Amino acid sequence: MITRAEVEHIARLSRLHFEEQEMERLRQDLSLILDYVQTLGELDLTGVPPTAHAVALKNVFRPDEPRPGLEQSVAMANGPHVERGQFLVPRIG
Amino acid sequence: MNVLGLSAVECRALLESRDLSALELVTLYLDRINAVDGDVRAFLAVDAEGALRRAAEVDAIDPAQRRPWDGVPIALKDVLCVEGWETTCGSRILAGYRPPYDATAVAKLREAGLIFLGRLNMDEFAMGSSTENSGYHVTHNPWDLERVPGGSSGGSAACVAAAEAPWALGTDTGGSIRQPASLCGVVGMKPTYGAVSRYGLVAFASSLDQIGPLTRSVTDAAALLDIIAGHDPRDSTSIGLPEPIRLPTETDLTGTRFGVVTEYMGDACEPGVRQVFHDAVAAVTALGGQCEEVSLPSVEKGIAAYYIIAPAEASSNLARFDGVRYGHRAAHSDDLLEMYTRTRSEGFGAEVKRRIMIGTYVLSSGYYEAYYGQAQKTRTLIMRDFERAFAQVDFLISPTSPTVAFKVGERTDDHLAMYLSDLCTIPVNLAGLPGISLPGGFSGGLPVGVQIVGPHFSEQGLIDVAYALEQRLDIRARPALGEVRP
Repeated sequence: MITRAEVEHIARLSRLHFEEQEMERLRQDLSLILDYVQTLGELDLTGVPPTAHAVALKNVFRPDEPRPGLEQSVAMANGPHVERGQFLVPRIG
Repeated sequence: MNVLGLSAVECRALLESRDLSALELVTLYLDRINAVDGDVRAFLAVDAEGALRRAAEVDAIDPAQRRPWDGVPIALKDVLCVEGWETTCGSRILAGYRPPYDATAVAKLREAGLIFLGRLNMDEFAMGSSTENSGYHVTHNPWDLERVPGGSSGGSAACVAAAEAPWALGTDTGGSIRQPASLCGVVGMKPTYGAVSRYGLVAFASSLDQIGPLTRSVTDAAALLDIIAGHDPRDSTSIGLPEPIRLPTETDLTGTRFGVVTEYMGDACEPGVRQVFHDAVAAVTALGGQCEEVSLPSVEKGIAAYYIIAPAEASSNLARFDGVRYGHRAAHSDDLLEMYTRTRSEGFGAEVKRRIMIGTYVLSSGYYEAYYGQAQKTRTLIMRDFERAFAQVDFLISPTSPTVAFKVGERTDDHLAMYLSDLCTIPVNLAGLPGISLPGGFSGGLPVGVQIVGPHFSEQGLIDVAYALEQRLDIRARPALGEVRP
């Protein structure tokens, strides 16, 4: 069971805001899902190594050769607010 | 001749023999989209102008100079970057985003000569099993418009089932190609992790995502996989396939051993699905295949592991959507943090927010080992289960989805029930294995898929046995839809 304060903390970390009326529903949804995934605790996993990737690959190298990238104007074309080749954002609070 | 009933390989033959021009073929499909997509709603956007222009170009090329797939149409899931098109991942947060480059798989299709019809609907950021989580609209199952097409590649599966395109690309993170293929009665294949480059595929869960074909035949799946597979220096996790894929011809399964997964029998699947599956096993046996029971004792925990690993990776991948460089930005924010938070809260849908929250929680300080660490160890157990199984048999066979297509709205409030519908597909992604779903039959008039899974990089073998089973089952029914019946 996850508490209201935990939901608020996780929302802050996630950079998400929830309206007052969404909060309780979200708390219940998350509790249900987290209770379910917690059933992994029933497994005896002592001595089992973790797997991050199903196909084992180590130290993938490629030749370090310079090649052209995107033009600045193309790379920034999707910016919601671009000025003089820079992304314009509100000030840091 | 009924062109809309043909596979992509057959379309190619008609173009090669000059029985049909590219313009005629593309026009037939655009007309079909116009006739039925108002009901199916598989497409988010149709590029009629671009497709007709490309078709006219193809028709002007000297036949001797043509590339193999010049003029054959295809449609693409809206999670793949296509230069010049909008790419939204079914999300409002990416509305208006036009990628400056093609995904590698898309570039390979272009080089092969294929013509792009449009981009297909999906659950937002591929999170869902019904396509109801799209930020734009709901897609309907061509077999019964009141039902979902499955997801997240629901637009891809519905478009192929409704003959709005001969074939399509989808992506599969926990079953997102195979489950909608099953629910829409088409073939869907998830390649081995690393067989196809993920460059230009907008990431959901990077250690699980793969691009793959949704087609009307196993032969088409083989042909499309052959086009898109390969190592790509831009995706360091890509490996490619050991050999080019041959189109399948073998219809005898003598000497091939199939494992029937004990954990997927019993009550896990609804009776109509079990019946179709039993008939498919009987067909395999009739072709000379040997079927025996094998156990994957850890797969039941696979869903729990998946719903830790996938949201954890997603919460980190989706951190990039902050309104600075692309997509939606909330208006009138006083400071940067408020802009991030409002942009994300406005732009993401409810399911994406839930998964970001779960992912952030399981990765947060103090919980990491209890959740994420435990899930990664469970992933090892699942991989060992499969390794043991493949020491005993060549392939595993199971239903693809425990149910047929459900009604729109039926499961939207029950997230866990929605998650559990991926019981047979999720462990395959966790282990990085290739899997194919092919139509097995019908239950109550709705399609039921059969899934075959093989060891890493066994795509050729998988295609060959799926083809043999497809020929034996010989399913010809198509959805009755629109004025032009396929």
